Amino acid sequence: MLSDKDRIFTNLYGWFGADLKSAQARGDWDGTKGLIAKGRDWIVEEIKKSELRGRGGAGFPTGMKWSFMPKEPGKDGRPSYLVINADESEPGTCKDRDIIRHEPHKLIEGALLASFACGAHACYIYIRGEFYHEAAALQKAIDEAYAAGLLGKNAAGSGWDFDLYVHRGAGAYICGEESALLNSLEGKKGFPRNKPPFPAGAGLYSCPTTVNNVETIAVVPEILRRGGVWFGGIGKEKNRGTKVFCISGHVNNPCNVEEAMSIPLKEIIEKHGGGVRGGWDNLLAVIPGGSSTRLLPKDICETVLMDFDSLRAVNSGLGTAAIIVMDKSTDIVYAIARLARFYWHESCGQCTPCREGTGWMYRIMQRMVRGEAELHEIDMLLDIGSEIEGHTICAHGDASAWPIQGLIKHFRPEMERRIHEYRKKLAA
Amino acid sequence: MPKLTIDGMEVTVEPGTSIIQAAEQLGIEIPRFCYHDKLSVPANCRMCLVEVEKSPKPVASCAMPCADGMNVFTKSAIAQKARNGVMEMLLVNHPLDCPICDQAGECDLQDQAVAYGFDRSRYNEEKRAVKDKELGPLVKTVMTRCIQCTRCVRFGEEIAGVNELGVIGRGEHLEIGTYVEQMATSELSGNLIDVCPVGALTSKPYAFTARPWELRRTESIDVLDAVGSNIRIDARGGEVLRILPRLNEDVNEEWISDKTRFAVDGLKNQRLDMPYVRHHGKLQPATWQLAFDAIAENIKGKKIGAIVGDLADCESIIALKDLMKALGSLNLECRQDAAQFDTSQPAGYLFNTTIAGIEKADAILLVGTNPRTEAALVNARIRKTWLANRIKIGVIGPQMDLNYPVKHLGAGPETLEELLNGKGAFADVLSKAKNPMIILGAGALKRADGMAIQALARKVAEKYNMVRDGWNGFNMLHIAASRVGALALGFVEGTPETWSKVNALYLLGADEIPIDKIDAKAFVIYQGHHGDKAAARADVILPGAAYTEKNATYVNLEGRPQTARQAVFPPLDAREDWKILRALSEVLGKTLSYDTLAQVRERLVKENALFGAIGVVQPAKWTSFGKEGKCDKSPFVLPVNNFYMTDPITRASKTMAECTAAFVMSPKKKAVAHG
Amino acid sequence: MKKAEAHIAKYPKGKQASAVMPLLDLAQTQHDGWIPEAAMEEIGRILDMPRIKVFEVATFYTMYNLQPKGEHHLQLCTTTPCWLSGSAEVVKACEKHLGIKMGETTADGLFSMSDVECLGACVNAPVIQHNGDDLYEDLTPKNVIEVLDGLKSGKKPKHGSQTGRTTSMGVKGATCLHELAEKAGVKKC
Repeated sequence: MLSDKDRIFTNLYGWFGADLKSAQARGDWDGTKGLIAKGRDWIVEEIKKSELRGRGGAGFPTGMKWSFMPKEPGKDGRPSYLVINADESEPGTCKDRDIIRHEPHKLIEGALLASFACGAHACYIYIRGEFYHEAAALQKAIDEAYAAGLLGKNAAGSGWDFDLYVHRGAGAYICGEESALLNSLEGKKGFPRNKPPFPAGAGLYSCPTTVNNVETIAVVPEILRRGGVWFGGIGKEKNRGTKVFCISGHVNNPCNVEEAMSIPLKEIIEKHGGGVRGGWDNLLAVIPGGSSTRLLPKDICETVLMDFDSLRAVNSGLGTAAIIVMDKSTDIVYAIARLARFYWHESCGQCTPCREGTGWMYRIMQRMVRGEAELHEIDMLLDIGSEIEGHTICAHGDASAWPIQGLIKHFRPEMERRIHEYRKKLAA
Repeated sequence: MPKLTIDGMEVTVEPGTSIIQAAEQLGIEIPRFCYHDKLSVPANCRMCLVEVEKSPKPVASCAMPCADGMNVFTKSAIAQKARNGVMEMLLVNHPLDCPICDQAGECDLQDQAVAYGFDRSRYNEEKRAVKDKELGPLVKTVMTRCIQCTRCVRFGEEIAGVNELGVIGRGEHLEIGTYVEQMATSELSGNLIDVCPVGALTSKPYAFTARPWELRRTESIDVLDAVGSNIRIDARGGEVLRILPRLNEDVNEEWISDKTRFAVDGLKNQRLDMPYVRHHGKLQPATWQLAFDAIAENIKGKKIGAIVGDLADCESIIALKDLMKALGSLNLECRQDAAQFDTSQPAGYLFNTTIAGIEKADAILLVGTNPRTEAALVNARIRKTWLANRIKIGVIGPQMDLNYPVKHLGAGPETLEELLNGKGAFADVLSKAKNPMIILGAGALKRADGMAIQALARKVAEKYNMVRDGWNGFNMLHIAASRVGALALGFVEGTPETWSKVNALYLLGADEIPIDKIDAKAFVIYQGHHGDKAAARADVILPGAAYTEKNATYVNLEGRPQTARQAVFPPLDAREDWKILRALSEVLGKTLSYDTLAQVRERLVKENALFGAIGVVQPAKWTSFGKEGKCDKSPFVLPVNNFYMTDPITRASKTMAECTAAFVMSPKKKAVAHG
Repeated sequence: MKKAEAHIAKYPKGKQASAVMPLLDLAQTQHDGWIPEAAMEEIGRILDMPRIKVFEVATFYTMYNLQPKGEHHLQLCTTTPCWLSGSAEVVKACEKHLGIKMGETTADGLFSMSDVECLGACVNAPVIQHNGDDLYEDLTPKNVIEVLDGLKSGKKPKHGSQTGRTTSMGVKGATCLHELAEKAGVKKC
């Protein structure tokens, strides 16, 4: 378990003020100018040393991402941008919300440091439209920072001019995909873009752009203050640092909590989630990293560690570290069918396989809930999934197939049972 | 230059070439729906997925640039699996209503389903139904068939320059829509039918008319403006059923205007299908012999003139010229609109830059012309150039609705004079431009001081270095398909309007002249294909052939000779036009020296060498032209008020009348911005 | 207009199309929670954007209402995490209490119910969003009726947890940061 002294988000639950003064009392904005004075390369190096991997789901090494940005920004007439992804919409996930409303200055300070490291004088925070109060809280904190000279011309006395803006979304999960987010920010529909070009080459307004998750940016100041080695000393190799987990569903104590990367799943559920409703033996399955990750049956949950590589090894993923716990009372087929509806509803509609396939899978899954299906349709679901997976512009298509694959892999007998039962009922 | 391997074959391509283009160079066809080589690349249909070595997922070959050392497989198991999957997905919500769909037989979806689809559907859920959209009298929509490839939206935005179609909604409910039931108001809207790979957008006038396999195809040339768009005429029996564009990168690329495409029904109405002779004030059917005899009798000893109409072909023009010369006529005119300009120097009346050359221009000055209504495909090229390079475009003439931003500089000749004196903001634009152009339209020449304006325009061109080695930015924009050919054949003798003083007049399809100016006692011969304005005044009518009914040569505004081919026979007694003149010449005792089409064409080459190189533009030598003089202050007046009705064929078309009612009489609000 | 200009000023010159989302939101706020055609045309004009492009954006995002909604637009999350925590019962309670089904508006025009996807407050599930801003959390079939009645009576019930819980901290209390919890006077566990 992570010791309290290593916790970055000491106001995760909003026990104390989110205002600048309170934030400064917690150590935010301490020596920001000095950190910038150490230079761009030093910051990128420290982040590389910390082994910080993106907290939005894909887990791309942050320091490496920053190093793709042009060394001489603006030389070709195109400015560089940092865009912060606060479009937190992955079912099960609500960590960025807490950072934004309770620790906004960590995010704002991180935005300045990261922008400097990326050569950006402007940064947009794209926050999902449903986070109305969170956007207001963030704007308030930004206004405070401007008033205190921490943003704007010569931000925090660093000599770096820096502007930070909030852009509200309006209800589209797909805008959490970075290139869809950029299109949305440009005033278009949230259609993901083809890659290449990647954002570092041509992102926002076709300018070099880095897109990072809220949590990724918010941990940057603390890493730089305490040193990359400190952060890199937490967790397991290649899966370093602290991480905010969201524990929801059938636990006695649903909550958000900052923990060490690689904490055992069982430990975090027991220690922070208050244990599975009705006891550990009442556990049916866990979706470990938000709706897109394949579910894990109880036997895997006994031992698996919560990090990128351990979860990948069991054919799932850390994703956004949103742990959705399901006890034995759960209609597991419905739970996944409901996610199939989610992916159908949130498909942008651009690519054929995802536009047509998500609806197809959802409709079959609806019948599967009632058992009103043919046995061969279980394999057909896998086949449809394989026609979508890997064939679309963005990963939404893949993500729509994974939950169903997880269900079939671990709960095929349950699906078959329902089909047999439905037939029996029909015969009677 | 990247060198890569596709299906085991090596190819070296220009940097920036996509895999799909590289494969095409090797003759490897990769299936596609959303990709269209004239439009931007959204890569959303996913049909063109291919396997690329070392890439974890199949790659959209339309959007992926070739890289050195790439190893691409277009027919591997991975590529096949991806394609089969996409095909199945495309069909799950497609109605599969091919038997009642006009696209059947020339449908990309149908063809590719045969190649890549399963033999049965596994989709047992309910299918999507999409409400049809109202796009006006030309384009029929069956939106349930739409596969959301967005080609139509991109065509509207990028080529037609009308932002009216959009991608509405999202996910499974994504559909092509308009902003609140709005019609497509573009003169290029028919191309939507061609770009649509399925039966979602089809031709409304052609609905349920024929299946493609019933049609006889003839490659030909359009004559309803002076662009010379390359077309394909589809006919069944003796009837032309539809006209489609044919690719010619130098002229119309692969687009045609709505007039070119949809005026075909005008070929069937009000046709002159037998000779007529006026007896006691009334036109009465006659035989060819009677008609010729009447002519022979009535022109004897008379001062005869001849006017060539806008749709006349070069073979009949030369025949008419030779006949008139034999009859001693000094009154030959091809400028029905009474435009005044120096016809002695080709550089002075050609579109010297060429249509494709527009793409190299970086500043354009439009003088007395609205290219959108006068030459829609020239306009499309201007828009294309603007879209690619955001070039500066200035206008002298009336305010008008163009689909790219322009700077309105003034209304008449004095603005041109100011430019010559280096005054005004656009003078700066022109002097800084590398390849500036001037386009002089009929609006600036259809007036008494036309010659002076032409000279003024020449001087402006010279002042701003518009003409130099490798670049000629001086252009005249003609509207009539016959005009440049007739000028090249020297069908100008005397001064315009002298025809009003002759007492015998031969009208070769000339319907646009002010008929009331013909001497009331003059004997009028009308040779043409439609009973339009002039036929009613005629004393003898000789029924000719429309452009779809003859093998004929036309020279477009660039000076490019092209060949139209006969798709169907002229109706009843009507005949090919040069043959009528040849026959008449015999009756008049002035027998023309040619008996076959080949001989007429030899005669054309003898008259002007340009006819010796069909399809080619020969650059004109730059010399002085026009006549410097005082210009009148009055503003320029545009020549075309109604794009849809400009000649006897379009005036006889019901479809064009519907378009006039829908778009000209009560135009819908136009889109506000340029995309 | 001033507000619109402030939004436009956030984006680089010539990139004013970026402001289409804030302006649509502004239009919706100023127009009883929905966006009429005239507003989209005006936005197109202000931003020099074809109307169809404004329309595309307005139809893509679920938070824009292109038709009027009830005075209280309830957006009930029914995605799996909320469903696991009892959203189905909350939905049923609302439907029974208001006498309408999901997607409908009460006859008096006071309440509309819509089914929405994950609202991003899963550890406080189930949740309902009210008119696109206030989020009511930790709902039960019982306390949701209190929320509805509160809205109906014109009192705006306090948003956030309806069980008195502190934000996303566990119901049982703080499982970490005990020293600070003490300082804040928060229950530990």
